[in-house]
Amino acid sequence: MSAMIDIAGLSKWYGATQVLKDCSAAIATAEVVVVCGPSGSGKSTLLKCVNGLEPFQQGRISVDGVSVGDPKTNLPRLRARIGMVFQHFELFPHLSVRRNLTLPQIKVLRRSADEANAKALRLLERVGLSAYADKFPGELSGGQQQRVAIARSLAMDPIAMLFDEPTSALDPEMIQEVLDVMVGLARDGMTMIVVTHEMGFARKVAHRVVFMDKGEIVENAPTADFFENPGSERARLFLSKILQH
Amino acid sequence: MNYHWNWSIFWELSPDGTHTYFATLMLGTAWTLITSACAFTIALVFGSIVGVLRTTPYSWAMRLGSLYVDVFRNVPLLVQMFLWYFVLPELLPQALGDWLKQLSDASFYTAVVALGLYMSARIAEQIRAGILSLPRGQRLASLALGMTLPQAYAYVLLPMTYRILLPPLTSELLNTIKNSAVALTIGLMELTARARAMQEFSFQVFEAFTAATIIYIVINMLVTFAMRMVERRLTIPGYLGFKAPAVGH
Repeated sequence: MSAMIDIAGLSKWYGATQVLKDCSAAIATAEVVVVCGPSGSGKSTLLKCVNGLEPFQQGRISVDGVSVGDPKTNLPRLRARIGMVFQHFELFPHLSVRRNLTLPQIKVLRRSADEANAKALRLLERVGLSAYADKFPGELSGGQQQRVAIARSLAMDPIAMLFDEPTSALDPEMIQEVLDVMVGLARDGMTMIVVTHEMGFARKVAHRVVFMDKGEIVENAPTADFFENPGSERARLFLSKILQH
Repeated sequence: MNYHWNWSIFWELSPDGTHTYFATLMLGTAWTLITSACAFTIALVFGSIVGVLRTTPYSWAMRLGSLYVDVFRNVPLLVQMFLWYFVLPELLPQALGDWLKQLSDASFYTAVVALGLYMSARIAEQIRAGILSLPRGQRLASLALGMTLPQAYAYVLLPMTYRILLPPLTSELLNTIKNSAVALTIGLMELTARARAMQEFSFQVFEAFTAATIIYIVINMLVTFAMRMVERRLTIPGYLGFKAPAVGH
């Protein structure tokens, strides 16, 4: 089986500081991979390299056979096919929820306004926010905003979704509603890379867990193996800190 | 002080033989308004372009933008007016220079260009600061959705920036109107020039400049009021920091 997302020998530097060290991982179609690790371990940076938001100096990444680092690649076109959800939602505050979902479809995918609108309403329904189509992001709770952000990504019909700590900025009581949407996506067979500390989510839907520390991929193991029998001391230490509550 | 007040001077005929002094002040007001409006349009367009250039990831664009701001912001407006009006025609090829000098309303066109470009440097700085004040994630989210950089600016970054900048842009518009008085030095018969002419011919200096002062105040209060209306219209529901911010002058 060929990988949907293939990361091979990836290294990245900020000036003289190396932030990613020879990272390799392959994510198959419909596979859900959770990336975890201490803060500053390079998880978010790795994720942003996958859709070319961060440049990298060494190695290669391909998504659906398209090389991300190749200067000849049309990056906007590739990114339009890869959904991304951010820690701070990043809805566009001056646009209504509906316009947040339709604008990229219309401007990037050149869909008609009617088609975009129908799609937007279908996806708002899916994340349980149909009633909020004409509200503005500032009028929604954090959990609701994040669900809108997921719907906005889905409206582009992505072949894969990247989640960058999607629940870290949420109040505890709102985390579950966002995770529920993500679990639904995973069950529907979406290819997903999820940077998160939500180990309950990882256990429930992840096929594999990638553990990073100091810019390196330390472990890349099936979920059960990772939790029951982590291969490295660093992963064991991390798990003991994060799971003791 | 032995001063002979004469408020009825406004209804007396001015030396041009057709207009009363009041009518000449109104003509001056019209020139002030049209000059300011054209100059501010130029300032907004060029200021936006330069401000955007300075926030792109391209170092050549950032350098070009800084150079522009340095040139137009660091030379006094009066000097810039003189350069455009007296020096530029001499530097151009003879025929073009002569055409410029003989242009009717040359002082108007020169004032619009000089004032517009001078103000554009200030506006460019504000646009730059406004764009940089937006969360970096807004740019990333736009790009992640497949927008090109120009699309990200057009649909996401600039619409937010203009909303945030409305109060300072109001101040810049007021400054443009006030600075248009400098154009009297290159012969534009705007409001201040008309008041001065009235004073020179009638010797009623207090009446002339009282009238000019009141007209400037009224114009600027109307502008401030109109911009408040615009701000209110563009208020984003649920977004903090947009509710009728105070306008500095």
